[in-house]
Amino acid sequence: MAHGKSTLANVILNNPEYTKTKGTVEFQGENINDLKTDEIAKKGVFMSFQTPEEIPGISTMNFIKTAKNKVEGKPVKVFKFKQDVQNYMEELSMNPKLINRNLNVGFSGGEKKKNEILQMLVLNPKLAILDETDSGLDVDAVRTVSKGINMYKNEKNAVLIITHNMRILSELKVDYVHILVNGKVVKTGGAELVKEVEKEGFSKFKKEGTPNEN
Amino acid sequence: MKTKVEDINRNIYDIKNKDEYEFKIEKGLNKKIVEEISKQKNDPDWMREIRLKALETYNKLELPTWGPDLSELKMDNIATYVKPKTELNSSWEDVPEDIKNTFDKLGIPEAEKKSLAGVGAQYDSEVVYHSMKKELLEQGVIYTDMETAVREYPEIVKEHFMKCVPVNDHKFVALHAAVWSGGSFVYVPKGVKLDIPLQSYFRLNSPESGQFEHTLIIVDEGASLHFIEGCSAPKYNKVNLHAGCVELYVKDNAYLRYSTIENWSKNMMNLNTKKAIVGKNAQIDWVTGSFGSKVSMLYPMSILNGENAKTEYTGITFAGKNQNLDTGFKVVHNAKNTSSLVNSKSISKDGGACTYRALVRIGENAQNSKCSVSCESLMLDDISRSDTIPVNDIRTDEVTFSHEAKIGKISDKEIFYLMSRGLSEEDAKAMIVRGFAYPISKELPVEYAVEMNNLINLELEGSIG
Repeated sequence: MAHGKSTLANVILNNPEYTKTKGTVEFQGENINDLKTDEIAKKGVFMSFQTPEEIPGISTMNFIKTAKNKVEGKPVKVFKFKQDVQNYMEELSMNPKLINRNLNVGFSGGEKKKNEILQMLVLNPKLAILDETDSGLDVDAVRTVSKGINMYKNEKNAVLIITHNMRILSELKVDYVHILVNGKVVKTGGAELVKEVEKEGFSKFKKEGTPNEN
Repeated sequence: MKTKVEDINRNIYDIKNKDEYEFKIEKGLNKKIVEEISKQKNDPDWMREIRLKALETYNKLELPTWGPDLSELKMDNIATYVKPKTELNSSWEDVPEDIKNTFDKLGIPEAEKKSLAGVGAQYDSEVVYHSMKKELLEQGVIYTDMETAVREYPEIVKEHFMKCVPVNDHKFVALHAAVWSGGSFVYVPKGVKLDIPLQSYFRLNSPESGQFEHTLIIVDEGASLHFIEGCSAPKYNKVNLHAGCVELYVKDNAYLRYSTIENWSKNMMNLNTKKAIVGKNAQIDWVTGSFGSKVSMLYPMSILNGENAKTEYTGITFAGKNQNLDTGFKVVHNAKNTSSLVNSKSISKDGGACTYRALVRIGENAQNSKCSVSCESLMLDDISRSDTIPVNDIRTDEVTFSHEAKIGKISDKEIFYLMSRGLSEEDAKAMIVRGFAYPISKELPVEYAVEMNNLINLELEGSIG
């Protein structure tokens, strides 16, 4: 499954563990190739992690508040902020106690993924890249995550969903589908591509890819 | 890239007042100097004798052959006694303005109003302010400077002074006993429980000098006390020396919590000695934050002499560039059913070195005792050091003992995760370090927890290349 889907997300966010050998990343017409990750986040790009990090000693609430202050560039109004967070958590069927626990520490896989969607809703980015948000989730949790994505999505923003699983797409209105094989987009189409893959699998697209190119 | 972590001003700690003094003893250490200090302080004969004998012990003892390099410390360059231009005051208004300003900026008088039952403030070698709430006085609590205690309670002082920490313990204890000046004396009578803390603050302003305050606390049977000690000094280019001594007596059924935030400047040799003797069903808890100093050697010790005695040690050490902080904890279990719990953390960056050096001794007669040690180290880069050197000497089988040590480098994945949410690299690191330190900071009174977080932010500020 190493076709470069997560690499794409990490490269857009300029993760220092990845080196760009060629090409540029542009966001809303601006070259963000050399911006630091936090500067890219402040431009409105968000990434939901496949395995979100556990940070001991920092409460989830404080973390999300700090993040919101940073991306907004000004302090949030605490009362309204807390209410918004509470509402979103309810929508995502999250245990309200999680917000006072240390960030992701001891969270189940599903709770971590929902916590990512919660952060997406609160931070309200222009572009949300969701890296395998559905992996390892049961049917109900996938449905909740889809609900979160639908709440977030509007005409002014964009979502890039990285997945190898069609299930999450069934409840979303997908505009474009890109099939990535060995680091290359081999096929781009509309929602109908999802149906095609569901019926026939990926194998025919894999042939269109150029493995071992390098 | 400018970071906004918290508004903190290094200047608070670095305010250098003019080196003004009533009297500064000549540099160096010899009999004449010790006699002169004794004369300046109007010692009774018995105290002068302790000093002179301690000087002999000092001359006989060798420097430690282990731990950080102390070769930069030259006693010939250190003035061991600096008397500030004021007497002991019981009102801040009587404290000379430049000295009062320093303590104002450190937040001492304000904390006194808000959250403390009593305050002592030492400037260089002498205590310049001491005060306690009247209710405590009425309950028989004594909280005063050491000199007053020597004068007014000689019997208690004679019985306890340098008895918990023997003069020949090590070279710097002998030095301390020879030239000690200032510090606090606390006596809490039987059954008296103080709900709010007492705090002594020690400020060393004078360059090329030493501070040798003596803290003697007796918490009598069934009594309870929280004592807070704060220390700081502005930075000079030449070495300063701190060799204080803390002797704590926690009698049967008593409780003492001893909290310390040390924030010495980075030219300080901090060679401090602290011990507690703990009685039956009694408990001593240490909470220690060691920041700053060039070299620290500091190993608080609990001696659990009574059955069911308990001790907890919660400590954090933060070493940056050119700092070698050798800290830890010692515990001796001398009776049945005694227990100790150690939670130590260290952070090192920019080539700084942290060592956790510890001793656990469980004696033959300490059946059914428990000891649990956890130490964790976080290194912020590849050039910093962290070592753990525990010595465990267990002489009975009937014990429960565990030691857990974890050493690791700050995780790039965690930093990236936080940065992807808009935190700068510096902010992300500060957040991770604050979280790492949280189990310690939550043990501190809230103002000091805030101070500790500020110190962490301060240490990390500008640390990203």
